[in-house]
Amino acid sequence: MSDENNVGEDNETVTGIEAPIYLKYNFTAGAAASRFLTRIKEGVLTGQRCPRCSQVYIPPRGSCAACGVPTEEEVELADKATVESFTIVSIPIPGNPIEPPFVVANLVPDGANISVIHLLSECDNAEVHIGQRVQAVWKPQEEWGYALDNIRYFKPLDEPDVPVERIGKLPVTGLEG
Amino acid sequence: MGQSNMKEIAIVAYQQSDCVSDAGAANEVELIIPVLGKVFEQVGITNAQDVDFVCSGSCDYLQGAAFAFVMGVDALGAVPPIKESHVEMDAAWALYESMLKIRMGHAESALIYGFGKSSPGELPNVLSQQLDPYYLAPLWVDTISLAAMQARLMLDQGLITERDMAEVVARSRRNAQGNPHAQLGGDVSAEDVLAQQTYVSPLRKADICPVSDGASAVVIATVEKAREWGVPYAVISGIDHCIETHNLGVRDLTDSISTRRAAANAGVGDGRVDVAELYAPFSHQEIILSRALELGEDTRVNPSGGVLAGNLMMASGLSRIGEVFNRIVAGEAQRGVAHATSGPCLQHNLVTVLEKGETA
Ligand SMILES: [Zn+2]
Repeated sequence: MSDENNVGEDNETVTGIEAPIYLKYNFTAGAAASRFLTRIKEGVLTGQRCPRCSQVYIPPRGSCAACGVPTEEEVELADKATVESFTIVSIPIPGNPIEPPFVVANLVPDGANISVIHLLSECDNAEVHIGQRVQAVWKPQEEWGYALDNIRYFKPLDEPDVPVERIGKLPVTGLEG
Repeated sequence: MGQSNMKEIAIVAYQQSDCVSDAGAANEVELIIPVLGKVFEQVGITNAQDVDFVCSGSCDYLQGAAFAFVMGVDALGAVPPIKESHVEMDAAWALYESMLKIRMGHAESALIYGFGKSSPGELPNVLSQQLDPYYLAPLWVDTISLAAMQARLMLDQGLITERDMAEVVARSRRNAQGNPHAQLGGDVSAEDVLAQQTYVSPLRKADICPVSDGASAVVIATVEKAREWGVPYAVISGIDHCIETHNLGVRDLTDSISTRRAAANAGVGDGRVDVAELYAPFSHQEIILSRALELGEDTRVNPSGGVLAGNLMMASGLSRIGEVFNRIVAGEAQRGVAHATSGPCLQHNLVTVLEKGETA
């Protein structure tokens, strides 16, 4: 018992009370996110194009954060992508079932201009590099849900690297398109 | 806030979404974006890049998502970066913060928006968690029960009758027929209201504002900037807010001392009040507020229908200011008072006085 909190010899210092809070919500992801999740359950990656700057966002948030305007046009994307940046995680993350070392990468799917974060695997970690071409490895179709982890990870493709200035600018048809 | 030797600040635009009981799949950004688009259009600007400061009001407890307000920035066009702030309160207080920003000379204009999606949770219970965390919040005393106790005090002391309350509701419903964004409008009489059963006695359901989803937005600017934009405006001639203790037992719940004090500081009594928009979530509270603001027979109270016709949590206070602005620029009023509240039984109150500006 500290001097400044002296509440008398007969009283215990109260250091906490139990006041549990239970609140129930019917949460909604939003119209844009709901649409994205519905399509990824069908094995299709989709984005939304900004009517002002033409950037394609994935996952779509219903607005272009740069322009502040609604994005309504839905765009189908390829499951091929380019590595925009990456990190090799060598320490275990509490609660994360993935064994280190593993690669987390910013990937721009073909047809999109904004990267999504996902895992890279089936690769030599030491050889992962910016501009590398990769493709999604999907879970078996019967396991697909409303989630980005319908894709287990991305793996390297045997395609030439994308020059840095073209990363995030490929059409949905890829490097040759 | 004293008014001398300072740049005059004016409201130049106001927009509000419809008040809907359930906005469905739409998230907060999707509620905000259409309202911001309209308010930018009203001023003739493109996005938040064209104002000097942005401040929003929202509360994560409403939809149960942490830092939900951060997503709101997606609606602004914050590339390149903008000056932005947020209050975990009604956006009327975001307007207050924005005025301070302009007063300090850090901005000439500001966008203020408030939004709330209350339908995902059980609002009266959610709001119980704003009470003091040791004695009241663990008891889950909900906002309707607290307001009912307040109404009971007033009835038992002969300060109001149930008919007085019903007449507030009837006027709200009638006025809301002229408000395209209202949720509950209709040709309802006091007798119709009195014929309803009590819900949380002595309150009937009609005495209680509905739960609504939606957003509203306002643009304010110095009068010089308003003239540069060439838009009609209403000058904010006074604004102040006062808060009472969280200890409900200490407060006189039959009066609103904090509203009286804020009104005196804002200069409500310095001129005729043609119109007043009062944030009264319960019918009897409109009577408390009208008395605290000393409104007379010649003041039109809640011509929009007020929040009994649709209550956008975290936006309704800002909308009250916007509604008075609308009456002034429409030429229906020369001078008006807007009131915003927060907390149980009118704990915290903000009073704004708006006046018609000189024609440019
Ligand atoms: Zn854009």
